[in-house]
This record gives sequence, structure tokens and C-alpha cells, in this order.
Amino acid sequence: MDTTQIADAPPPTPPTPTAEQKRAARGATRPGDRIFLGLSRGSGILLLVIMAAIAGFLTYRASLAISKDEGNFLTTFEWNTGVNPPVFGIAVLAYGTIISSIIAMIIAVPIAVAIALFLTHYAPRRLSGPIAYVIDLLAAVPSIVYGLWGALVLVPYMNGLFGWLNDYLGWTGIFSWQNGAPRSMLTVGILLAIMILPIITNVSREVFRQVPQMHEEAALALGATRWEVIRMAVLPFGRSGVISASMLGLGRALGETMAVATVLSPDFLIHTSLLDPGGGTFAQNIASKFSEATEFGRDALIASGLVLFVITLLVNGAARAIIARRKEYSGANA
Amino acid sequence: MAKRIDVSGLTAYYGSHKAIEDISMTVEPRSVTAFIGPSGCGKSTFLRTLNRMHEVTAGGRVEGKVLLDDEDLYGTGIDPVSVRREVGMVFQRPNPFPTMSIFDNVAAGLRLNGNYKKSELADVVERSLKGANLWNEVKDRLNKPGSGLSGGQQQRLCIARAIAVEPNVLLMDEPCSALDPISTLAIEDLIGELKERFTIVIVTHNMQQAARVSDRTAFFNLSAVGQPGKLVEIDDTERIFSNPSVQATEDYISGRFG
Repeated sequence: MDTTQIADAPPPTPPTPTAEQKRAARGATRPGDRIFLGLSRGSGILLLVIMAAIAGFLTYRASLAISKDEGNFLTTFEWNTGVNPPVFGIAVLAYGTIISSIIAMIIAVPIAVAIALFLTHYAPRRLSGPIAYVIDLLAAVPSIVYGLWGALVLVPYMNGLFGWLNDYLGWTGIFSWQNGAPRSMLTVGILLAIMILPIITNVSREVFRQVPQMHEEAALALGATRWEVIRMAVLPFGRSGVISASMLGLGRALGETMAVATVLSPDFLIHTSLLDPGGGTFAQNIASKFSEATEFGRDALIASGLVLFVITLLVNGAARAIIARRKEYSGANA
Repeated sequence: MAKRIDVSGLTAYYGSHKAIEDISMTVEPRSVTAFIGPSGCGKSTFLRTLNRMHEVTAGGRVEGKVLLDDEDLYGTGIDPVSVRREVGMVFQRPNPFPTMSIFDNVAAGLRLNGNYKKSELADVVERSLKGANLWNEVKDRLNKPGSGLSGGQQQRLCIARAIAVEPNVLLMDEPCSALDPISTLAIEDLIGELKERFTIVIVTHNMQQAARVSDRTAFFNLSAVGQPGKLVEIDDTERIFSNPSVQATEDYISGRFG
């Protein structure tokens, strides 16, 4: 820095501010300021209280169920809450939830980023407006409608894809198919990908649009082609935004209920092949069992909901860590 | 490898708006030419036609010729991308890539071109940073982000980035207008050194700066808002600031403008 040389003498200690001055510094001396401060602080505190209440409720009800569980809650491949003693575990649900979300992310993120780049950097203006509007509409379709479409339209079409995968990639074990109905994790993942595509696209598009003109011109002036401008200036600048967008999409995929319940034919097994019908997800399992469950059965379902809650928190924390790790290189301090 | 710029009858448009009209001038190699004139007179637009950057703006196009030695920049089959690799540019606001380290910023142009040896890269980066009078200040933190530097250092980093690819011409669009006087002085000294190797064209609003750094000065003006900007005259800087041949130039540099 140009100015580091002058800081040899220790700075004089500033006088300790009085309570009055502290209040003034917060801008809380006038009535309007004080009301606004109260409202915004109250909203912040309310949010924390609600989070704590949800976590407390889930933990309490879950503990009632887990304490009576005869199986290992984390590793058991069963869900028998009606028998005495009850045996249930979340292994299948955790696997199904995570694997279907991973499939959805692998499919959706590259496509969403590509669409967002096309809309912001390639498409002519009169084309990008309507396309963006259609994508917004996709985000507004209720998930049960996606579920119905998935069951009635997508599932029959999957037969062709599954046959092809089995022919060419069946030897891997992951893509082998025993000719069951294609109501499997892969189908669920594809449907989830379609459902989370709009949110990832929209947020990414917003981020790419905010790349400062001067960074793009810097690349252009060095003799960058359009793709190189995107690689040098647009993608690095938008990186943390795309991660946030993906996490929003992942959050939706992890918690999606109705669409999964409509498309999947569930069982309580982990299938090596993504094409074999069966498995389940947390949300789908809760939705399909909750209405007919006993009081104890509901506690058990709530316990599984607690695990989903924790997984979602972990995913969000990981995303924040990724963004923070390269903060000084982000576009934010440009 | 400095080259001569020869512009003849150049008119530039943004859509249907004519921004500059019928400009002709010659810029000698290894010299500094300053463009002065009131805001909106088209001097920045003209500068950007010299490396085809104005085409980036929607509807930007030109009529006329820009010759770099004997090659027409607007000839058929000339790729604007390759033009910009020959004609470097420094912008008004320092714009190092915020996601890249100091080293990567300077190496960015070379990596684009692709024709470099890995072993040479560090040498070129060092040479360019020394050429931009920045090496001593950053040599211990080459892997730190460029956005952590001061404004003046960032601008010299941008100059290092531009000269790393050995362009034939260096265009500067008000390179000091966002900088304090000390950083400005550093850049002006640098321009004096760089003209030994490059043909330099600089747009400036600061007439003292034009008088200090340039060999030749071109004065641009426009007859009214909305009218295209025109070149009023270009002459040796000394003459422009002492005894210009056009009355409008005299009025502008002595502050009797408008």
C-alpha cells in the first residue's frame, strides 16, 4: 500500500463513548429511528426463536420415538412402527434423498448455468426476455402438477432411456435394469432436475447480469473471444452466486415431497442400480405414512424429519464455507 | 514493435446516431498522442475504434479506414479479436480481474494467446511488472489478489497486463482520472518510458497532463449536443498549447470555451 509508512506512532486512545453517544451512533435517538430499530431487531430475534422452536419440537418428539427403537435408528433397513417392540431406521431414506438430489444437481446445474449464460451473453434481447419469462413460469408450477406430469408422461418415456442405459452401461451395475416400472431413483432425480432448473437459472442469470462491464471489457481488450470473456470475467465473478443458486435448488430437491411420492414406487431397500424401482426419501416417506400413522408412528416420522433438517443445515453450512474460503478473490471487493 | 496508425475518413455510429464524423490523422510510432476536447466530443469513441472496442456496444459500426502500418483493421476477414491482441487498452477505472492474483492478471493475455512457454511465463510477468514500475511493490505478493492494491497500483497492474502481450499500440482512455496526484505522476512518468517501445494514444480531460506527456495533441469538438464530434486540429503539443491555428482550440485550452 502507498500509505503504510505513516503508521509508526501508536494512535491516541479514543475516549470511551458514553451510553448516550452509543445510542446516537446506532441512530436510535429519534422516535422514527427507535421504532425502526425495534422492528428490525424484533424480526431478527423472532426468526431465531422460530428456528429454535422448530428444532426443539423436532428433537423432543424424535427423542420419544428413538428411545423405544429396537433397531439402530441410523442403519436399520426397516420401518416398522406398528409392531412391539418397534424397529425402524433411516438408512434407506437418507440414501434415497441424497442420491436423488445428487442426480438432480448433476443434471440441472450445468444446464441452468448454460441457459443463464445464453440469456445474458448470447441471446438477442428480444429472445432473452420471453425465454426468461417462460423459465419464471416453470418455477411457478405447483409440485403436485410436476408429480402428475412425471407419473403420466415422464415415467412411460423412461422405458426407452432405461433400455438404452441397460444395453450400454448395464455392466457397471449402477445402470442395470430388471424391466420393472421405471419408477426409480433416476426418474425421481430427472424430475427433480426439471423442478429445480428454474430457480438455479434465474439466480445465476441475475448474478451473470451483474458482472461489471469493465471486467468484461478488460478481457475483450486483451483479445478474448466471447467464450474467453465468459471464462475469464463472467464465471469467476459469478462463482459464489452460482453456488448459492445451486444450494437453493438443492434445498428444494432434498425436501421435495409430492412429486417424489407420485413418481416413485417405494420400498425399504437400497438398490445398487439407479434404474430399479424402490427406495424412498425422507419427505416422500413422511407424506405417504403420516396420515395413517399412530401417535408413536408420527413421532418416528418426525425423527426422520429431524435428520432431513440436519442434512439441510449441513449442506447450507458447506455452501457458505465454500463461498467464504475464496472471499478475497470474489468480485465483491472490486 | 511500435506501428504507425493511419486513419482516413473515419465515421462511427451507434445505431443510427453518428458519434464522430470524417476523422483523418496519422499517429507516428514511438510517440505519445493526446486527445483533448469537451465531454461528448467523441474522443473516447474514436479511441475505441482504433482497437474495434466500440463494436462491443450494441449497434456500433464505422465507415472509413484505420491502417496499422499497412494492414486495414476494418478490412474484410479481419477478426476484431486479433486486432485487440495487437492494440492494447487501458481504461478509465482500473479493472484488474478481481478473481485473479497479481501474477495471473499479468499472465492473462499470454494465456489467452496460448503461444508461450511455461518457463517463460514468470519472466514475462516480471518484465511487464518492471515495465509498469510496479515490480518492487508487488514482488513479494504476486499470488495475492490484484483488487487488494491501491487505485494507482491497480492501474499500473492494468498497464503491465496490457504490455505483457507486446502490443503494437497502447490506447489509454483517461487512465488517471480516477487517481490521486501522486499516482497520476507515477503513470505519467511511466508513459514517458513506455513510448520508447510503443505507439501511445491517450485521452485526457486534463490539459496540463496532455502538455506534460504528449508529443502531439489532437483537439476534438462538436458543434452542438447530438451532433457528431469532429477533429478540429492535430499538431505538435507545443504548438497547440502556445499558438494553435484554430480559434476554437485556443478558446478551449485557455478556458474561454462555450
